[in-house]
Amino acid sequence: MPRRRRWLGPLAVNGTLAVICFIWLVPTIGLLVSSVRPAADVLNSGWWSVLPHQDYVMTKELPIPTGVTGDAPITIEGVSATFDAFRGGVTAPDGRRILWVGNRRTGRIEIQQKQWVAPFNFTLRNYQIVLSGGDKTYENTGGTLRTERGGDLGSAFMNSIAVTIPATVIPLTVAAFAAYGFAWMRFRGRMALFALLVALLVIPLQIALVPVLRDYTGLDLNGTYLGVWLAHTGFGLPLAIYLVFGFVAEIPRDLIDSAVTDGASHFAVFRRIIVPLSVPVLASFAIFQFLWVWNDYLVATTFLGGTQDVQVLTIKLVNLAGTRGQDWQLLTAGAFVSMIIPLIVFFALQRYFVRGLLAGSVKG
Amino acid sequence: MALTEPPLAAFNDEAPPGARARNLALGIGGVILTVVFLVAGYVILADKASPIPKPLITLLAIIWGVGGLLAIFTVSNWIVEQLPARAMQILLPAVFIGPAVIFLVYFLVLPSIRTFWTSFFDQDGAAFVGLANYIRVFTDDATLLAFRNNLLWLAIGASLTVIMGLLIAGLADRSRFEAIAKSIIFMPVAISLVGAGIIWKFVYAVRDPSSPQIGLLNAIWVGLGHSPIGWLADNQPFNNFFLIVVVVWLQTGFAMVLFSAAIKGVPADLLDAARVDGANEIQTFMRIVVPTIMPTIITVTTTIVIFTLKIFDVVVVLTNGNFGTQVIATEFYTQFFSNRSFGLGSAIAIVLLIMVLPVMIYNLRRFQQQQA
Repeated sequence: MPRRRRWLGPLAVNGTLAVICFIWLVPTIGLLVSSVRPAADVLNSGWWSVLPHQDYVMTKELPIPTGVTGDAPITIEGVSATFDAFRGGVTAPDGRRILWVGNRRTGRIEIQQKQWVAPFNFTLRNYQIVLSGGDKTYENTGGTLRTERGGDLGSAFMNSIAVTIPATVIPLTVAAFAAYGFAWMRFRGRMALFALLVALLVIPLQIALVPVLRDYTGLDLNGTYLGVWLAHTGFGLPLAIYLVFGFVAEIPRDLIDSAVTDGASHFAVFRRIIVPLSVPVLASFAIFQFLWVWNDYLVATTFLGGTQDVQVLTIKLVNLAGTRGQDWQLLTAGAFVSMIIPLIVFFALQRYFVRGLLAGSVKG
Repeated sequence: MALTEPPLAAFNDEAPPGARARNLALGIGGVILTVVFLVAGYVILADKASPIPKPLITLLAIIWGVGGLLAIFTVSNWIVEQLPARAMQILLPAVFIGPAVIFLVYFLVLPSIRTFWTSFFDQDGAAFVGLANYIRVFTDDATLLAFRNNLLWLAIGASLTVIMGLLIAGLADRSRFEAIAKSIIFMPVAISLVGAGIIWKFVYAVRDPSSPQIGLLNAIWVGLGHSPIGWLADNQPFNNFFLIVVVVWLQTGFAMVLFSAAIKGVPADLLDAARVDGANEIQTFMRIVVPTIMPTIITVTTTIVIFTLKIFDVVVVLTNGNFGTQVIATEFYTQFFSNRSFGLGSAIAIVLLIMVLPVMIYNLRRFQQQQA
């Protein structure tokens, strides 16, 4: 068979792909690098300056010349310029730079030379501060003590776990029972109920927040784990049942019939046949729901936002972005704390994750 | 799927006479234990001034929530199984499906009706105001701007995501580095919109021209000889584009994975035939691959459109809805939480529901066809 030479050579394909991947990765790399740099470095230079590059490095320090007045030119190391010029740095013919640091009377002179540098002062202090609940005191490089308010993400991390695990397992369990009921029990209104379920798949959950929040206030469920578990269960159920049903309904009828003839109850069939066989679909949904709840902000802030003790990571992080928006070393560390579990899940269970995502693509 | 015959004897529940009394005692004990467990756990966890350390409370909460639910299912099933056969046949579906129906009705069906109802009342729900809230939704400058922005999100965000997803899936399919490239593009899907928001807020960071720019985009921009730009605040409405980019970055991996799976399913002889006819790779992709995977493209587009309609977290983190970047979901939140304007908030939520109605109807139609 005559085959035309491929128009897109491997080089063009891989090159384009590499450029796209690079663009995709760079923002996250910037986050990671910044989260382990000292605050002063983060605020004074871009995170990319940890890469090897040529920069001026001080080679010699001189005392300032005395008697400097007005705009009269000064001569330092054989170079003449005004004070203001030296303040901005003057490059000598030999490539050295002369810089006046400080003011006219108490400053000093730095003689700098271009050298290859990769200034990466690795630190975990940002993580200590952002995780800590109370104030965090530490010694600066100069020996002075400095106290910073902690981001309290450590306890938020625990809250995220306490919210996410039950908010994954509860809908999964309720959905597995319901999927079995829809697939293998005959009762009136079955089709109508299932049609309702399909309709609910894409409903925007904003619609539920107003009335449910009002009820929760009356029931004192605001700011409780229980309240947010139940809400996530309600919102996650349509997809959960739909997915598990699709799998459970395909299990061969003979298998269930023969067990029933042998006197097994529905409950026994469910526990000993259906659940073990459905592990793949249950795992897929579990991962999907776990990430959904872990990453959720809207539901969490609606039902937990008002209570400090139970706020999850996403809430604390949004607050941090609001109150300390310029403390990039803390924001980046905080964002990474919130990403660590999803990234572990992603890299460890990528196959299940993809399967869950493919199945979950019908969710609204 | 490899099915092994389960040991059916294990299902045989026929108990020897006399064991029935023991079974009953066990069951009643189980019921009492379950109730005690649920109540005790609730009391302990509801105590907001509890002296128990946080990790222990977390563990307790998880055991209580998960264990309690399993106990409820087991116990209610046991109770129903003690009933006469006829009653059991009627009640058993209720045990299996009942909890799900309660959740669906209470958290989705009833709220839709209640929100619809509330949307005809004033701020605190006291006076009936007819369509006033809806009229405000469609005349208020803030909400109109939110609608326009959502349209921008839909038009630019959804189409960019689909195009990038298709492009990367197509390229990866021809590359030796397919696995790693897909992993990199896919990774953002796992992280939260809040986290993604912070990642990109840092990329867009802007500082006074006298300080070094620590935001990547401004560093490049200044390096090219311009003065720094507040990407998220200046040049409205184009600043919306920089928010949209974040979600394209996050969602492209999702689109790519689905497209990639679909592209692998395109029959090879179809592609060969096109090549024999003299089509180059791009023509083959556009005229054979894209039409073949059209159903997947439609599914992905629908999902992204619904997702984009409800976009919220990214806007909150990046601009908090300032600088003319508010969207429907942030307007809902502002009315509902900040202004405590329940009627107007409800009306916005209903408008959101109306927007997804076509998808809902389409899904129902498809479901009906499958059943027929």
